[in-house]
Order: sequence, then C-alpha cells, then structure tokens
Amino acid sequence: MTRLFISRDSTAISLGAEQVVNVVTQQAASRGLDIEIVRNGSRGLFWLEPLLEVETSAGRVAYGPVQPQDVATLLDNGLLQGKEHALYLGNIEELAYFKNQNRLTFARVGLTDPVSLNDYLAHDGYRGLKNALAMQPAEIVKHVSDSGLRGRGGAAFPTGIKWNTVMNAPADQKYIVCNADEGDSGTFSDRMIMEGDPFVLIEGMTIAGLAVGATQGYIYLRVEYPHAGIALNQAIEAAKQHGYLGENIQNSGKTFNLEVRRGAGAYICGEETSLLESLEGKRGLVRFKPPLPAIVGLFGKPTIVNNVISLASVPIILDKGGNYYRDYGMGRSRGTLPLQLAGNIKHPGLFEVAFGMTLRELLYEYGGGTASGRPIRAVQVGGPLGAYMHPGQFDTPLDYEAFAAISSVLGHGGLVVHDDTVDMAEMARYAMEFCVEESCGKCTPCRIGSTRGVEVIDKIVAGIEKDKNTVLLRDLCDTMTFGSLCAMGGMTPFPVLSALNHYPEDFGLSPAKP
Amino acid sequence: MHDYQDQKPTVLAILDTHLSMPGNLLPILHAIQDDLGYIPTAAVEDIASTLHLSKAEVHGVITFYHYFRETPPGQHTIHICRAESCQSMGSKALENHAKHTLGIDYHETTSDGQFSLEAVYCLGNCACSPSITIDNEVYGRVSPEKFDQLLATHQGAE
Repeated sequence: MTRLFISRDSTAISLGAEQVVNVVTQQAASRGLDIEIVRNGSRGLFWLEPLLEVETSAGRVAYGPVQPQDVATLLDNGLLQGKEHALYLGNIEELAYFKNQNRLTFARVGLTDPVSLNDYLAHDGYRGLKNALAMQPAEIVKHVSDSGLRGRGGAAFPTGIKWNTVMNAPADQKYIVCNADEGDSGTFSDRMIMEGDPFVLIEGMTIAGLAVGATQGYIYLRVEYPHAGIALNQAIEAAKQHGYLGENIQNSGKTFNLEVRRGAGAYICGEETSLLESLEGKRGLVRFKPPLPAIVGLFGKPTIVNNVISLASVPIILDKGGNYYRDYGMGRSRGTLPLQLAGNIKHPGLFEVAFGMTLRELLYEYGGGTASGRPIRAVQVGGPLGAYMHPGQFDTPLDYEAFAAISSVLGHGGLVVHDDTVDMAEMARYAMEFCVEESCGKCTPCRIGSTRGVEVIDKIVAGIEKDKNTVLLRDLCDTMTFGSLCAMGGMTPFPVLSALNHYPEDFGLSPAKP
Repeated sequence: MHDYQDQKPTVLAILDTHLSMPGNLLPILHAIQDDLGYIPTAAVEDIASTLHLSKAEVHGVITFYHYFRETPPGQHTIHICRAESCQSMGSKALENHAKHTLGIDYHETTSDGQFSLEAVYCLGNCACSPSITIDNEVYGRVSPEKFDQLLATHQGAE
C-alpha cells in the first residue's frame, strides 16, 4: 500500500484537485496499483497546487502543479517510488519558501489527514489540553498572557487580558465564540486551518472554555466557506465520540460543547459585537461598547470572542509553555503571524513567520514579485480596511507598532499585491463603495459618509473643483475615523487616504512630494 | 410560480426542529433556503408567529444578509468575487464578460432559468484570483475563456 496526498483545501479544489484524485484513482485501479489517497490540508504553496505527495521509504516526495493529463506519465515514470519527472519537487519541506517559515500554528497543516483524530494525536495533538486539564484556570490564562499572543483577527488586543476579564466575570453561563467570519480580501489563513487542521481550533476553544469556565462554544463560520464547515463538523463529531468534547472531557468532570453556526454574507459580522447579534438571530448591527463582550456578550453573558488563528495558537502555547511562543517575534509583537500572499503575486500562499521580517523580503524573496512580471506599485496590507503601502515603505518590519507608526495596519496578515496597471483612485473609490455595501447602517459617519465619499472621489477624478473636493474628502475621512462606532467606518479612510497621499497623480492631482 | 401551500410543510418542519435552539433565526433561514433555494415571502408570517417575532423583524433579518434571497434562483447560481485581490488579477473584465455573456446584471436570472448572477466579497481563494463559485464549488484563476468553459459544462446540467 502506497499513500498519496492530494489536498482537500478549497484552493486546491478550485484548481482541479478533485479531477486529479479521480484520474489517479482510475489509473491505479486499471494498473492494479495498491494505493490510498489521503486528502490532507494544503502546504500553502498555492502556485504548486494541485500538489501530489507520495510517501516513500525516503520520506514524502512532492509533484506539482499536477493536472489530470499528467497522471499517466507520472505513474509511467515511477511516481509511487518517488522518481524524477518534469513536475518533481522533492521534499516540499526543503523548499526555501517552506523551510524558512516558523510553522507553529500551522505545524500540522498539509502534513496530516485533517479529520483523523488518530493523525492529530500522533502529531502532538491534544497535548495542550492534557496540560490544561491539570492546571487551575488562572494558570492557563497566565500561559496565554505570558505568550504575548495578541488578537490575530486584526485588532491585536492582548488575548490574555481578554481571557482574564472573562475568567473573573461571575456568571452562571459563559461562552467561547470563535470569529470565523474571515471576510478580508487577501486572507485565507482561517480557512486553511479549519480545512487543514480543524482539531487545533477545537482544542484551542476547549482550553479557552476550561480557562474561563465556559461550557458552550460557537464557531461563527462565513457561508462562503462550505468546505471548512464540512471539515469542522467531521472533526467535532470525532472529538465528541472520543471524549474530547461534550461532558466529562477525558474523565476530568469538565464539560465543553461546540457548534458551528453559518453566517450569511455580511462583512460587518466579522466585527465582534455585530457577530454576537447575528448569533443571537438578529441583524448584524454593531453594539455600543462598553459594555465589552467579555462582560456582557452573547445572550448577555461574559463571552470570549477570538479569531480562528488566535484560538488555534493556544494549543501549542499550552503544550510548550507561554515562554516558548514569546521567544519568537520582535518588540511587543510576539510569536508568529501566518501571512497570506495574494493578488498579483508570482508565489502566492501561506507564510507563517515570526514577526520582524520586512515586507520587502516577503514580497520579493518569497513572493517572487508580481504574477504579471510588472513592477509592484502598491500592496494593501490587512484587508479592505488596511492602508495601501508604496514601495518606499517596503522595508517596514512586520510588527504591529512599526505598521501603526506609518498609519498602516497588519490586520489579519493578508497582503494584496497590485502591479503598475492599478488605478489607485479607483481603489480608493472601491474602498468607499465597499463601505456603502457592507455598513450595518447604525452610525451616520459610516452609513452616509461612505456614500458621500464615493461621490466626492468621483468629482475629484472628473476634475470638478478638485482642490475644494480634496479638502472635503479629507474632512470626511476625519469624521469617519473619529465618529464611527466601529472599524468599518473608522478604518475605511486608511485605504482612501493612503491612496490619495501616495498616488495623487491617479486622482488628477499634483504628484506627491518626495 | 411556486405555491406556498406546497412549501409550507417544509417550513413548519424546519421551525419545529429548531424550536429549542438558542439564537435560531439564522439557522432556520439557512435550512429553508437550503431546502427551497430561497425564502418565500409567505414564509415570513409562519416564521414570525412561531418565534414570537414581528414580521418586520424577520423581514429585516432576511434583507440584512446578502446571502438570503426571496426569489427562486436559477438552476445554477454564479457568484463573482469583486474584492481587491480579484481586482488585481482582472476581475472587472471578468465581471463585464459574465454580464455580457449571460445578458443579465447582478441579482438577475437568465430568461431560460439556467443561471443567476450574484456578487460576492471574497471567497478566501485570493491566492488564485480571480475567483468565482458556481453553486457550492469554487474555481480559481478564472479567465473569460475558462468562464465560458464552465458555463458550457453547467448548461443544462443538474
């Protein structure tokens, strides 16, 4: 029996992984070959998907990108023995793109069968939970605090402080809510974890439940991620059957239940209070803060709301200790950030690395520049509410504070690359248009400001009273920044103003001063 | 057109199985749309009375979320991603091509009932932009030519 690995990741599927699986299965049957195909997560080197790996006596050997018509020659040339072929890549873990990462949170993604509990246990799974079960709640929280972990959803709030608040809030019921409404363009790390290693998220949420005394968890999953939903539900079922979820977890007397709830295509529901409203069955209107969700959250009870990556980073922290995780990174940005290289880039993919690498190294050394071969003109970091960064800023290290210092954000770690054909006035207009589309409508600066923003940008581009309207646009951005209830309206000015400041010529204005 | 009397037992059964679930409105709406393809306007009254909500509240929730629809979809629903990553790889040209080829705009269905066209903001497939979905399946690096091939394979297919 030879084991082959072909990913079940959405992106691999979007490039034809299912067809490759079908052809391999047919060809193996007609040639009488004894094989098993494992549907693993993606290694995250997406220009090589669909990737096919074969387990040989000398380790795993990869081939890619494999199209259905390549399968016959692969088998002819000795695929099952890991022999040479035009698509031969060798051990994927030896490629610089993979080797130079620090895969802590993504340690298992691509390596294991995502929905096999045995595989998870064989690759260090549930070691964090085992340690947590032997600790007092305050000790668990201390490890998370010591790790320096900050919210990976984008806001970068210290996770330990949030957990401590919920732990100390007295209540008959508390909740753990996982924010899996990964709506930022250019991001897919949450999706990859949920499809490629769902147990690590389940384990992280279970540990969170133990830490704060919550017995019920919800994963609020965006409806655009059907494959993630399937993998999560399969893993939850397996965890339940083997005493890792439900009552009396591993004979500890502790209870934790978990359920996946689907969103319905509203970007704003990635904002934590809007998400809670949605989970309660309402329109996703943003709530006023305070009170914080940690005090008055889901159904009025103390609630941890954490992003997928934050929660999925907890098991390794509890396994190896907060200090182990904290030893990666720079300044106040500790640990690793799973970056996502997207848009017009030659080598798109998932790159988990300790904070501190420069944007330039990531974009050119690993990303390989643009897919189109043209110069990079702008990179939007941190999703649709993140600033556009110009090449003069590419030496900025990936660090929350370094980015904040130049009015940019790291956010959820998504990088969308644009080449020199991009029209930045159009991108600024789109940022406002997106806010029109996705505003929950509760506060005026966001609801009305975004519509006025589109109009004003149109006037500037059309050359109507350019100087006056530019002043007006800046004033409007000021109102949105300081007057909006949440980051939707409050951060839409980031892409707009960065486009205006760095690329004024695209608006028909005089070029920026060097 | 569909007769709500034929759909009503499905709606009532869904309501019944979700009664004790906390925060059940979105799961109920999903279940109805999964089964019927959309949420019939006439179902709003049954949902509202069962959950002790006003019709306005239920209507408000249905219309707040882009994903929920109140009209029957075509045989296949195509979602085209309009977000930044896809724009950086030519999604605007793809949008125009799709609208022109199908002869419809967003939120419309072709006259033969085959295809509905919707916009979506990010499918998490940004490493292989531009992306679309047809029904539940995602496709990456969709050029206008690839779009035409996908249309041909889905045309007339169940």
